[in-house]
Amino acid sequence: MSNIPSDLRYSKSHEWVRTLSDGTVEVGISEHAQSALGDLVFVEVPAAGRVLKAGEACAVVESVKAASDVYSPVGGKVTAGNEALASQPELVNQDPYGAGWLFKVQATVPGDAALMSAAEYATYLAEAG
Amino acid sequence: MALRTALYDTHLRQGAKIIDFGGWDMPLHYGSQIEEHHAVRRDAGMFDVSHMGVVDLEGAQAREFLRHLLANDVGRLTIPGKALYSCMLLPGGGVLDDLIVYFVGEGKYRLVVNASTRDKDLEWIRRHARAFDVGVAERPDLAMIAIQGPQARARTVAALAAAGFPAADCDAALALAPFQGGAFGAPPALAPLHGAGSGAAPVLAPFQGGAFGAWFIARTGYTGEDGFEVMLPTAAAAEFWQALHAQGVHAAGLGARDTLRLEAGMALYGNDMDESHHPLESGLAWTVAFEPAARDFIGRAALEELRRTPHPRQVGLVLDERGVLRSHQRIEPAGEVTSGTFSPTLHRSIALARVPPTAVSPVQVEIRGKLHEAHIVKPPFVRHGRSLI
Repeated sequence: MSNIPSDLRYSKSHEWVRTLSDGTVEVGISEHAQSALGDLVFVEVPAAGRVLKAGEACAVVESVKAASDVYSPVGGKVTAGNEALASQPELVNQDPYGAGWLFKVQATVPGDAALMSAAEYATYLAEAG
Repeated sequence: MALRTALYDTHLRQGAKIIDFGGWDMPLHYGSQIEEHHAVRRDAGMFDVSHMGVVDLEGAQAREFLRHLLANDVGRLTIPGKALYSCMLLPGGGVLDDLIVYFVGEGKYRLVVNASTRDKDLEWIRRHARAFDVGVAERPDLAMIAIQGPQARARTVAALAAAGFPAADCDAALALAPFQGGAFGAPPALAPLHGAGSGAAPVLAPFQGGAFGAWFIARTGYTGEDGFEVMLPTAAAAEFWQALHAQGVHAAGLGARDTLRLEAGMALYGNDMDESHHPLESGLAWTVAFEPAARDFIGRAALEELRRTPHPRQVGLVLDERGVLRSHQRIEPAGEVTSGTFSPTLHRSIALARVPPTAVSPVQVEIRGKLHEAHIVKPPFVRHGRSLI
């Protein structure tokens, strides 16, 4: 069974969102997503300052098997990309909810009501699976 | 319902991620494909390749039959146990399948064919065997395990000893020359298992047993490393897999098998050649024996024509930028990637590609809508763990 932390919100395209204490949000891909992709070999993250629309393709995770776009679950300005992933893409496989985060966004519209709770995401995976 | 090998439950217990491969439920990896790749390059890994088809041929004219059926010349096989890689062609020169043929003994040969092509292969082989009065028997009673890597032979022989093989057999296995195999009787410790496995009752072929041996061990493989391919009764497969595991051989899935073979520059049927592509444009000209000129093999006339006219060629590609080359990507000014991957040994992407005869390095490959520069190299990319580019 996939690890789905209860304090995060999830998108249908398998990104997770964590709201940090300063109001910015951190984005990554779920345990399910990294497992389905297999060993990652390249990760491209958006540069700080880039303005994203909600649902915009803004990062790429490429595994031995396939390349996959990552869509920003929220709109706003990128405050940081995870630079460590350039040399250690495997961090996404090893720690998808921690060291494997992809980018941080200052959201234009606060709130993540459009996203799923952990329980809803678990149901979504079970139904898709 | 997908087909499953005798090792399916073993794979599940080892945490394998299972995928469909040519109608078979096979392990893609057991956690990390890249770690499995490195285990084979640096130490020893084992693959369940029981989905591949083992076909035994027997008859006084078996040699002449295969000299007609195959583009490579089994007349080159004079030492019992010796193996030869060959394409089996359609009359037009397209590749029906690629296979390994072992010369077991006078009038006796063993073929190992691809899983996804097994049915059409058997139909083709049987149809052409009639005129030569050669018996054709599939061997679903056999499993096959490939053990590959610099430590593969030593660890396999230790596992054979642990499984009860006498010292003389272990010595004989260790002494096998490259591309050489040998038949072995079942060890006393494993003999009672034969036919006793649940749901694995051997289908007795007309000429099974003695002549071909219960076990067949060959120094062949598909990774660019030294090692063995072991064919053994399905009922003994799980026990032998555990014996190999106990000797420190790492389980490896089809994912690692693909990155290893591609680094080794080895073609994959269905990707790098198929019924619409002939060996000369697939990097397999070296496997076509045009000499002696009198040998009339299926596809010969077509290939004689093709070799006289300019035709596409297979090249290796190395991508210098980030990104991964993958099959069917378009090449500028012309051509197509036939197999591509990320090379764990070289830390960049490599590929086999089919390009026009006039192609010069560098070329541009379209990856996700953008052109990226790639250099043409001569495969293999990696041999015995070392970079060749």
